[in-house]
Amino acid sequence: MITVFWVTILLIAVTMGLSLYRGVAGPGVFNRVAAVNIIGTKTIALLVVMGYYFERPYFFDIALLYAMINFIGTLIFAKYLERGELWS
Amino acid sequence: MVIVNGVVIALLGVGIFFLLVGSIGLLRFPDFYTRLHATGKCDTLGGGLIILGALIYHFFQYPETPLVPAKLAFLIFFIFMANPTATHALMKAAYKTGLKPWRLGEERR
Amino acid sequence: MAFGRGEEMKLGERAFKILLTFGIMAVFWILLSGIFDAFHLISGLICCAIVSVISYDLLVKGESEEKLLKSLRLLLYIPWELWQIVLANIDVAYRVLHPKMPIDPLIIEFETTLRKEFSLVTLANSITLTPGTITILVEPEKGKFWVHAIAKKPAAALLVDQTMQRKVANVFMET
Repeated sequence: MITVFWVTILLIAVTMGLSLYRGVAGPGVFNRVAAVNIIGTKTIALLVVMGYYFERPYFFDIALLYAMINFIGTLIFAKYLERGELWS
Repeated sequence: MVIVNGVVIALLGVGIFFLLVGSIGLLRFPDFYTRLHATGKCDTLGGGLIILGALIYHFFQYPETPLVPAKLAFLIFFIFMANPTATHALMKAAYKTGLKPWRLGEERR
Repeated sequence: MAFGRGEEMKLGERAFKILLTFGIMAVFWILLSGIFDAFHLISGLICCAIVSVISYDLLVKGESEEKLLKSLRLLLYIPWELWQIVLANIDVAYRVLHPKMPIDPLIIEFETTLRKEFSLVTLANSITLTPGTITILVEPEKGKFWVHAIAKKPAAALLVDQTMQRKVANVFMET
């Protein structure tokens, strides 16, 4: 079962690398923000599987916290790009 | 125990398949709006299925800590609420600042 | 920022909101800590009580009738939505992996009869999670939705059939 988790971690890292190309070469800022949001979502799944591979139960709390940080970060980006400023 | 292992491997496999499809869609689609279609839908389900597989594995392998599956279930619920909202916020920002959507027959952007 | 409240709430309504916020926060405290000591439980309950008395207004907004019936109907709506999510992703996977990539994006707009905030949010989330459509703009006064669709078939399913609007209006009893 441990090898299954190891293969899962490797494949998630490969998909992160594929999304990174869009983050570097996407024309304009919106493609790059979308790529960063996607890499953040994949990080959450990666952290959960890593918690089982290394047998440390504290990774799940880090995954929960990072999910919230990623969500709020993307919302702040979208608000700034829409209005041109954050505070009214 | 073998059945549980088989179910967990199947869930992890399908989850990784959807994550891969989401990333390939991010590279192949010709416009920003269509790329958000590919990633906002496939990524949510793929991540959710991987965490569901880990939840079932934990529920049968370590039955003395029943609070961790509840925490992972809340994580799945949060991902299903948060990812579509972030997708919608990005698309609204792009629409209001005037990014033109792609029609059939134009070139890639 | 103004801290005033619009109209006075009845005492029963306010007590219900405080208790609901307190209950949700206590559940989260116990779920995330996992330690059932006397010290941790009592300090957690005191913290939840202080927070819920100060800011019960932020979590439970507005008033609504027949909360129990709406919650039950919402629980029955969720399995249908999960099945639609699976169908949506199989559809997107087919469009991505096909060598000719059959997409034809267009933007449509329509009106609904929903007016309350929570029902508009549920409908927008469901539209984003179902096959081939993403919500762009929502106008709360008239219930108008601007939706970006990826092909003609999912757009027609949303515009002509109107299954999803009818189901959400049924859950919240057409508000």
